Formats: sequence, structure tokens, C-alpha cells
Amino acid sequence: MSTLPIFADESWRLPSRGRVGMFSLIIGESGIFTIFVVAYIYYIGRSVSGPTPQILEVPIFNSICLLSSSLTIVLAEHAIQHGLLKRFALWWALTMALGIEFLAGTAIEWRKLIFEDHLTIRTNLFGTTFYSLVGLHATHVLVGLVGLTLVMIFTLAGRVNQGHAGRIQVLALYWHFVDAVWVVVFTVVYIVGK
Amino acid sequence: MADQTFPIPGAVDATRPRAGLLEWLHSWVVTVDHKKLGILYIVYAIFFLLVAGAEAMAIRIQLAIPHNHFVSPEVYNELFTMHGTTMVFLVGMPILFGFANYLVPLMIGARDMAFPRLNAFSFWLTAFGGLMLYFSFIGGFGSYGVGNAPDVGWFAYAPLTARAFSPGHSTDYWALSLIVSGFGTLGTAINIIATALSMRCKGMTLMRMPLFVWLLLVVSGMTLVTITPLTAAQVMLLIDRYLGGHFFDAQAGGSPIVWLHFFWIFGHPEVYVLVLPAFAIANEIIPVFSRKAIFGYPAMVAASVGIGFVSMTVWAHHMFTVGMTAVGNAFFVLSTMLVGIPTGIKIFNWLATLWGGKIRFATPMLFCIGFLFQFLIAGLTGIMLSVAPWNWQLHNSYFVIAHFHYVLVGAIVFCIFAAIYYWYPKATGRMLSETLGKWHFWVFLIGFHITFDTMHFVGLLGMPRSIFTYEPDRGWNTLNFIISCGGFVQAVGVLIFAWNLVYSYRRGKAAGNDPWDAWTLEWSTSSPPPDYNFAVDPVVRSRRPLWDIKHPQDPDWKYER
Amino acid sequence: MSMQQRRPLASIRFWLTLIFPSCPGASSALAQGPQSTPSTLAPVTTPAHEIFGLSLFVLLITGTIFVVVGGLLAYALIKFRARNDEDAQHEPAQVYGSLQVELAWTVIPVLIVVVLFLTTARIIFAIQDAPRPKSALEVTVVGHQFWWEFRYPTLGIVTANELHIPVSSGRQPTSTYLKLLSADVDHSFWVPQLGGKTDLIPNHPNEMWLDPRTPGLYLGQCAQFCGVEHAKMLLRVYVDTPQQFDAWVKNQQKPGAQDAAVAAGRRIFETEACMNCHTVTGTAAKGTFGPDLTHLMSRATIASGAADNTPANLRAWIRDPNQFKPGALMPAMQLSDQQIDQLVAYLTTLH
Ligand code: HEA
Ligand code: HEA
Ligand code: HEC
Ligand code: CUA
Ligand SMILES: [Cu+2]
Repeated sequence: MSTLPIFADESWRLPSRGRVGMFSLIIGESGIFTIFVVAYIYYIGRSVSGPTPQILEVPIFNSICLLSSSLTIVLAEHAIQHGLLKRFALWWALTMALGIEFLAGTAIEWRKLIFEDHLTIRTNLFGTTFYSLVGLHATHVLVGLVGLTLVMIFTLAGRVNQGHAGRIQVLALYWHFVDAVWVVVFTVVYIVGK
Repeated sequence: MADQTFPIPGAVDATRPRAGLLEWLHSWVVTVDHKKLGILYIVYAIFFLLVAGAEAMAIRIQLAIPHNHFVSPEVYNELFTMHGTTMVFLVGMPILFGFANYLVPLMIGARDMAFPRLNAFSFWLTAFGGLMLYFSFIGGFGSYGVGNAPDVGWFAYAPLTARAFSPGHSTDYWALSLIVSGFGTLGTAINIIATALSMRCKGMTLMRMPLFVWLLLVVSGMTLVTITPLTAAQVMLLIDRYLGGHFFDAQAGGSPIVWLHFFWIFGHPEVYVLVLPAFAIANEIIPVFSRKAIFGYPAMVAASVGIGFVSMTVWAHHMFTVGMTAVGNAFFVLSTMLVGIPTGIKIFNWLATLWGGKIRFATPMLFCIGFLFQFLIAGLTGIMLSVAPWNWQLHNSYFVIAHFHYVLVGAIVFCIFAAIYYWYPKATGRMLSETLGKWHFWVFLIGFHITFDTMHFVGLLGMPRSIFTYEPDRGWNTLNFIISCGGFVQAVGVLIFAWNLVYSYRRGKAAGNDPWDAWTLEWSTSSPPPDYNFAVDPVVRSRRPLWDIKHPQDPDWKYER
Repeated sequence: MSMQQRRPLASIRFWLTLIFPSCPGASSALAQGPQSTPSTLAPVTTPAHEIFGLSLFVLLITGTIFVVVGGLLAYALIKFRARNDEDAQHEPAQVYGSLQVELAWTVIPVLIVVVLFLTTARIIFAIQDAPRPKSALEVTVVGHQFWWEFRYPTLGIVTANELHIPVSSGRQPTSTYLKLLSADVDHSFWVPQLGGKTDLIPNHPNEMWLDPRTPGLYLGQCAQFCGVEHAKMLLRVYVDTPQQFDAWVKNQQKPGAQDAAVAAGRRIFETEACMNCHTVTGTAAKGTFGPDLTHLMSRATIASGAADNTPANLRAWIRDPNQFKPGALMPAMQLSDQQIDQLVAYLTTLH
């Protein structure tokens, strides 16, 4: 009985599991961010004492850096797709630099807030929600940077080639997500909340 | 035709030479095989079912008579919190993911999950979360010197969880262990989605996936967006407790209501995350034992997706008494009732599947029939609870306890039992004893109804939940005693089941590849399946590939729409 | 829902008692007035009646759904069971679906939901948005771990655990508005015969109203898990006739009794820690952490219903509150027997 029906359409294509997995992760992460953003918005103006969002300075340069890193990583993706390893390493390094700049900027901002404006996570609701939300995002940048660094190390060790383009794109997807979240965080914290 | 072997040449003899005990254990610890991980999940969950069941028995002993001193109030509060938390997070979720792990790749004709190592990692995270939760019983002195087990209810309402009201580490154990196992759950959900979308065998279009896979896909999608709010809220809770934050701190302007919203944004979809896999199981078993294709497959898919979406909008039906506006209340009444419509479609489709069939009452089917009736009742009591004014009376009473045990036990546990009877032969190569199975079914059914039917009435008579004792003059004495007796009848049923698992593992009838004369791909390979599942990748043309093979003159693909 | 509309429900009530013959509370549910079972089936206020009427209506609809769907299921199981005879070998005809049927069983539930929703919404608005009469009595309820504080701002009364409100008769409708606050964690005010529950949440004042028709004592308890002694946060509501209520108010408005015979006890009360947590008006004791004791003896129970208010129980309570309520937030004060006797002698004069 060899009547296993043979499927007519020979081209049987399925989505890449890496991409599907990363998209799922991103959806899940969005859940976490949504809750923190909602809490932030809900508590705007409800602090009973202490500093208010007025003390915030809009981190324009920082944001430009982070957002442009999305561009550089796209360029890196292109490079690896075409097998241009040198160029890939360059763009990749630039992406990392921009990411690091962003974290450094955040550190400087927090330093000012803590030591000059005396806003800590326990000061009031604003402090609690601000550090949690921005900190959550910064953590994601950090995790992203760890991923980028690993790829960089492999690249420098000469272990990355054109064949890895797919995986690198999946990682880049995460980086784009981190950037996109910043747009939301930025809007909520520095525009709506101020 | 049941005795026929199928031509899909995956049916290789998988018995391997016996290895030493240590080697055997090692093979389970390091495994990345979806079938082994699936079994690990299921064994883990059954273990915790017994633990949390024993906790329930302690609860019932304490409540059997008024002013009982079987346990202290502190211990009682730990018992019901741990019972609820364990049942939901360490029994419900893992067992369903266990079945998913075991069955999804087999059903879609794949060799493994999309990310086998992530799969193992997720399991061990979940396992570690469970261990951590139970370590709380011995860890530290807690607020009353009786261990640190969580004692704030499985919903852990703020501000009771604040440092001021919950000193010690009980709440931290609750939050941390659930965050850990939550990440495990997230990993598994991602894995299931990627598997179902990217690993299907040739010909298995989305609309040919077995309903089981479809529902788990929906469940996993829901998990992504329901577990994460809980994780976020728990992180906030820990920020409050350890870093001095004010998220839920009324003194600093924070709002306890915000916790309620966050918890139930998770909590409500969570209950559908639990019940949809139960539906998934029924979707496989009911057709096979009615000898008919599932009625209205596209409608079933649509209804599941519909339930998934609608259930995201109903969470505040757990909060009718917190003082929302009349408009707010009315909104959540409507959205909650709307869930009844897709759910109704499912019930009717099962009914129509039975209709005109030739129903065989084997043990898996018996449990599914119990499920059908009990879920119907549970759904209808759910509708009663969703009537906000009536909910003002029923909220936090034993009526609610009755409602959700009707679903959690009457529907989910019943389906889990059905699933174990149904797939045990596949996983072990042996049938579970039908005689013991029938005993298990009837004893458990009777115990279930004695316990949980009666709970509705004490609820209507005003008995609140979460109380460690009650006054003798309230008219609740007899009913509580009956409820407790029923609990023990259930325990007997579960013991029969446990015995059956052990006994049949050694003495059970050999199962063969396809003992139930079923239609999905897992029955085409050997029992237990070889590591690689299928020697040759299957190719399918319809939703019931084995039906097509068994009925070459009359295959499904001619009729499916 | 007005009085007339409620009449047809009488027959449903009759059926209800047939369904629950074994429930002691349900069979007496038909009895008007208070009972020791805090049954939701024996309403005595307008909101409680409206809820009860609504619940019967919902029960009727869901009951019908159950009978129809459950009946069809049972029928299918019996009719289509596999028989051992003739054609057991053949598979039954395969049916994959039917658009018409599926449409029908989508549309019918939609209609049912619409009806249920509209009925429910009407009652929600009727109860929640009822206009508040000028004459209404206002009481502030404050939930504490694990006791109730009642304040009557217009009458200048503060008391605990036992709430007194006036009956609302046809001739003299008086409703009571409760303002619900919490001093610590979430609690919930629930006296089933008087209506549904409403939570007491810190930083989130709530409101509910009652207009009980029959005088008497109504029982309830805290319905939101609030910690160790949640189970012993019982509630007693006395619905008084106008005369009784006036007399009660008069008594409560008096300052604490000053009886020279128990001065020793009073001194202990004012020198030991008691005064830090308890108030007795007219004395130095002005604490607010524990219940107001000015008219302690006007209450039938102590510690939120955990024990009867007898001298023996008071003595036991002061010696060690944990005996009645392990986990209660009043510490054992390590007093000598003599001190306790004197204290109790003093407390028992606080009528
Ligand atoms: C898997 C679990 C599960 C499932 C599936 C459900 C399903 C439903 N639940 Fe339940 N529920 C819980 C588990 C579950 N619940 C738990 C655990 C709690 C308590 C949590 C806690 O406080 O600790 C709870 C509490 C709970 C409450 C809050 C009670 C309170 O605390 O005050 C409410 C209120 O609306 C509710 C309603 C519903 C409804 C309307 C459904 C619906 O999905 C049911 C739909 C099904 C049907 C309606 C039957 C079939 C349909 C037909 C035959 C069609 C015709 C019918 C109509 C048109 C009505 N549930
Ligand atoms: C899947 C979920 C699930 C399951 C299966 C169960 C199963 C049972 N539950 Fe549970 N329950 C919950 C989920 C579940 N429960 C939740 C979420 C809560 C809310 C918690 C909260 O408010 O925080 C709750 C709360 C809850 C309460 C209310 C506590 C309170 O509010 O004070 C009660 C009271 O009777 C109860 C009883 C039972 C009983 C008798 C069973 C029985 O069906 C159990 C039968 C199983 C066994 C008996 C175990 C097997 C047998 C043995 C191990 C033999 C040896 C043991 C002995 C005989 C001692 N449960
Ligand atoms: C730290 C605070 C505190 C101190 C000190 C304290 N109490 Fe209390 N007391 C309470 C609290 C809180 C309750 C309510 C307990 C409950 O019902 O859970 C209470 C309840 C009572 C009651 C019952 C009141 C009622 O109406 O139910 C009496 C009587 C009483 N206390 C007497 C005393 C006496 C006498 C002393 C001193 C020897 C004292 N208390 C010291 C906090 C305190
Ligand atoms: Cu107060 Cu429970
Ligand atoms: Cu719900």
C-alpha cells in the first residue's frame, strides 16, 4: 500500500524558525514594556512630593545615536549578505559604538538626576516609574550589546561568513526592536510626561 | 483495520539495550529530545498535582467542621496560596506544555521542536522555579516562624504584599519563583510557535494542522502576551519591596488597583491558556471515539482565535467589586459574556461531532464526556458571575471557588486524564488498564460532584473564600462536611490512577502503533516513537492523513473545505 | 425593578426551594427578616432585592441553556453509542460541517447575550447611579487588619465592628450611604442579606447604599483576603427601628462613663499602652490604631465577632489576644492578674 498521497505542489516553503522565534520573543517583550509604559502614564503627576519630570533634559543627541544605530546595523546586514566582511565589521563596530554611547549618555543623565536633583527610585512615584522604565530599556540595550559583542568577537576571530547572514539578521531584528521601544519610551517620558 | 501497520516507514523498533541507572538518569537530564522533555514535564506536573492535591486535602480537613484546629491560620493561608499557585503554575502550565512538547512535532510530522536546546533550558527553568517555590517551606523563618511559604493568595493583592504587611520573604519566593518559571514558559511558548509555523511536514498547510496544534499555537501566542505582564508586575513588586519603590504604595500616591489590573490582565487570559489545551485534547479524542471527523474545523479554528482575542478584554470581571464606574462595569459584563459565543460554538461542534457517530466509551472518551457536561455547567456559572450585580454577591464566595474548580478540575483535569489514557500507549507502548481506568473515572467523577456541586450552595449561603475557619451558627456545617468527604473520594480516584500508571507500565497490554484506530500522524510511527520520530518525512494531503490511508476510496481531501 | 414586578418571581422562589431542599439556609430563605445564615437568597434591601430578582432571571436563562444543550448531549450519547450488532465494522457517514447550522448556533447565543447584557446593565445603573436622597444617613466605614471602624460624621459617633443603621419603612424611607475606606490593605464589606459587597481599598474611596426593610441583626464578614485573621473579621449590622436607633445614637454620643469605683482600672488603661491604640472619649486615651472603646459594653461581641463580649472573654482577650485571634494586631501586654481584673472592671462600665 504505497498510496501515500504525494503533494502536488513541490515548492514547500515555511517561514524561517529563527525569525518566527525572534518575532515571538519581541511580542513577549512588548508585553513587559506595555505594562511599564502603562504604569508610567498612569502615575504621571501623581507623585505626592519630590522632584517632577520638569527636571528632565531631553536626551536628543542620545536618541539620535540610538536611532541611527538601526541604520548602521541595516548597512551591516547588507554587507554580510553580499559577503563584504570588512565592511560588515566596520558597520557592526559603529553600531556597537552608538549603542555604547547611548548607555553612557544614560549613565550621565542618571548621575545628574541622582546627585543634583536628588531623584532616586525611592524618592517618589516619578522616580520609581522613571528609573524602572528607562532602566528596563537600558537593560535591553545592554543585552543587545552583549549579543553584538559576541558577533564582533566571532567576526574578528574570522568565524563569521556570508552563511551567517540569516542569523545576524535575526539578531539585528532584536536591535531594531530595542530602538523602536526607545521611540515609545522617549515619547512617553520626555514628551507626554513632561 | 486497527491491526494494520502503516506504510510510513518510521515504525522502527526503538527498544535499546538496558543501560545502568546512572546512565539512564543522565540521559534524562541532558536530553534535548522533545518526547523526553514532554514526559519530564508531565511527570513533574503529576508530581505537583499530588502535592497540591494533598494541600487541598489539608484545606478540606481544616474546613470539615467549624472552629477546627487542624492547622493554624498562618499555615492555612500558606496552604491555599500554595495550592492555588502550584495548581496553576506547576501543574496546569507544565502538563499542557508537556503534551505540546510530546505531540506537536509528532502531529506535524517533524523530528523535533524548532529549538531543542531552548526547549530543555525552558524545562529546567520551570523545574527550578517549582523547586524554589517549595523551598520556601523550609527556607528562613518567615513572618510567623513557620517557614516562608507564600501566604498572600495566588493573586497576591497589593498592598498586602508590601513590606509593611508582608515581612519576611514569603512574597519574594512567590514573585521570584514565578518570574523564573515564567521565563521557562515564555521559552516554551516561543518554541511551540516556531515549531508549528516552521517545522510542518510537506503538505501540512495551516488549515490541515490537527486542531490540537492549532489550539496550542493560539495558547502559545496568548502566553506571550499574558505571562509577560505578570512578570512585569512582579518585577515592580520586587522593586517596591527591595528598592523602596512606590508602584503599589498607597501612602506615596501609588494605587493598589493598578496591581489588580496588572494581575488580572495576566490572570484572566491565563485561565484560557489553561483551558484551550484541554479543548485541544477533546478535539483529538472526541472525533476518534465518535468515528467522525470533527464538525466545522474552520469554525473551531476561528472560535479558538476568537476566544484568544476576546479573552484579552475581559480581565476586570474579577474586579466588579473594586468600585468601577457603572459604564466600566457594563463594558466588562458585555465583553465577558461575548466569550460565551465562541465557546458555545465549540460545545455545539463537539455535539455535532457526536451526532450520527458510533460512540465508543473507552476511558479517554468517558473523561471527555465528563468534560463536556462539566464545562457546560462551569461556563454557565461563569456567565452568572459575569452579571456584575450578582457578582457583587458572589465575588470571593465559595460560588467562585465552585465555578473555577468546575473548569480547572471538571474540564482541565478531566481532559488531562483523558489525554493520559489516550497517549500513554504511544509514549510507553503499553495500554493503561481499562478496568482500573473505569474505576478511576467513576470514583473521581462522583467525588468531584460531591465536592464541587455542593460548593455552589455554601457560596450562595454567604461563605467567603480564603477563610481558615467559620462560625458554627452560619448554616454551613453540613455542607462543608459533605464537601470535605467528596475531596477524599477524589483522592481515592487519583490514587487508583497513580496505581494504574505504575501497574500498566509493567503489566499493561502491548499497544501497537495505533490502538485507537486514530487519524493523526503520531499514530503512524511506532510506540514509543524512535528518537527521530519518522524514518521518512511524512507528506500529507488532508487533516486526517491516516484516514486517507485507511480509506483510499474515500479520502478526506476530496471533501474538506 | 419595582415591587409589583417582583411578584411573579414568587413561583420561581418556590422552585428554588425545591431545588435546594437540603440547604438549611435556602429553605428559610423565604422567611423575611434576619437569620443566622448570611444567605444571598433572603434579601432585605432594595439593591439586594434587585440583585436577587436579576439572579433568578439569569438562572432561568442559563438553566434553560443547560437543559437544552445538556439534553442534546445526553441524547446524542445514548442514541449514537456504538452497538455491537450489524455494521459495527463500518465507519459512520462523515460530516465535515454545515454553514447553516453553524450560523444558527452563532446567532442564537448572540441574541441571548444581548438580552442578558441589557438586563444586567439596567440593574447596574439602577443600583450604582441611584440618586442620593438628602435625608440619607452617612457612615464612614474604615477597614483595619482585622476589624471595622464606623464613623457617623453627622452624628459625631465613632464605633467599631457593630454597625447600627435605621430601618427603611414604606412610610419613612431612610437609606444609609456607606463611604468605604481602608487604613491598611484591601478589605471588602459584605452582608449578603443587605446587598452585594464593595471593597475597601487604600487610596480609593468607595461607596454603597442600603435601605433595609426589616429590623434585626444581619451577619456578614470581610470578603477580601486581608491577612492572617481575615476569617475572623466578622461583621454585625443592626437594623434598628427609629426608636431603637435614636436611643442608640443618644447613648453613643455620651462620653465614656466615669465611675469612681473603677478608677484603678482606668488608671492602668491610661498609663499602660492601651491609650496609645484605643480611644475612650472624655479621657486621655485617644489612640486610633485599635477600636474605639468608649461604649464597648454596648456591643455584643469583641474583636470583630471573634468572641462574645463577656467579662471572662475580655479578661482572656487582654491577657492574650492571640487566644481568640492568633495574629491580631493587639499585643499581649504582660499585665498581672490583678491589673487585668481592674482593667476589665473598668471596661465593663463603658456602656
Ligand atoms: C480554565 C479556567 C476557566 C475558564 C475556562 C473560565 C471561563 C469563564 N469564566 Fe471563570 N474563573 C476561573 C477560571 C476559568 N473561568 C478562575 C480560576 C477564576 C477565579 C480566580 C480567582 O479569583 O482566584 C474565575 C473567576 C471568574 C469570574 C470572577 C468571579 C469573581 O471572583 O467574582 C468571572 C466573572 O465574570 C468568571 C467568568 C467566566 C466566564 C464568563 C467564562 C466563559 O469563558 C465561559 C464560557 C462558556 C459557556 C458560556 C458555556 C458554553 C456556551 C454555550 C452553551 C453557548 C450559549 C451560552 C450563552 C449564550 C451564555 N470567572
Ligand atoms: C488546576 C487547578 C486546581 C485543581 C486541580 C484543584 C483541585 C482541588 N482544589 Fe483547589 N484551588 C485552585 C486550583 C485548583 N484546585 C486555585 C487556583 C485556588 C485559589 C487559591 C487562592 O485563593 O489563592 C484553589 C482553592 C481551593 C480552595 C479554597 C481555599 C480557600 O479559599 O480557603 C479549596 C477548598 O476546598 C480547594 C479544594 C480543592 C480540592 C478538594 C481539589 C481536588 O480536586 C484535589 C484532588 C486531588 C488530590 C486529592 C490529590 C491526589 C491524591 C493524593 C496525593 C493522595 C494522598 C493525599 C491525601 C488523601 C491527603 N481549592
Ligand atoms: C498596639 C496597639 C494596641 C494596644 C497597645 C492595645 N490594643 Fe486593644 N486592640 C488593638 C487592636 C488592633 C484591636 C482589634 C483587634 C482585632 O479585632 O483584630 C484591639 C481590640 C481590643 C478590644 C476589643 C474591642 C472590640 O470592640 O472588639 C479590647 C477590649 C481591647 N483591645 C482592650 C485593650 C486593653 C485593655 C489594652 C491595654 C492593656 C489594649 N487593648 C492595648 C490594638 C491595641
Ligand atoms: Cu479584611 Cu479580609
Ligand atoms: Cu476571568
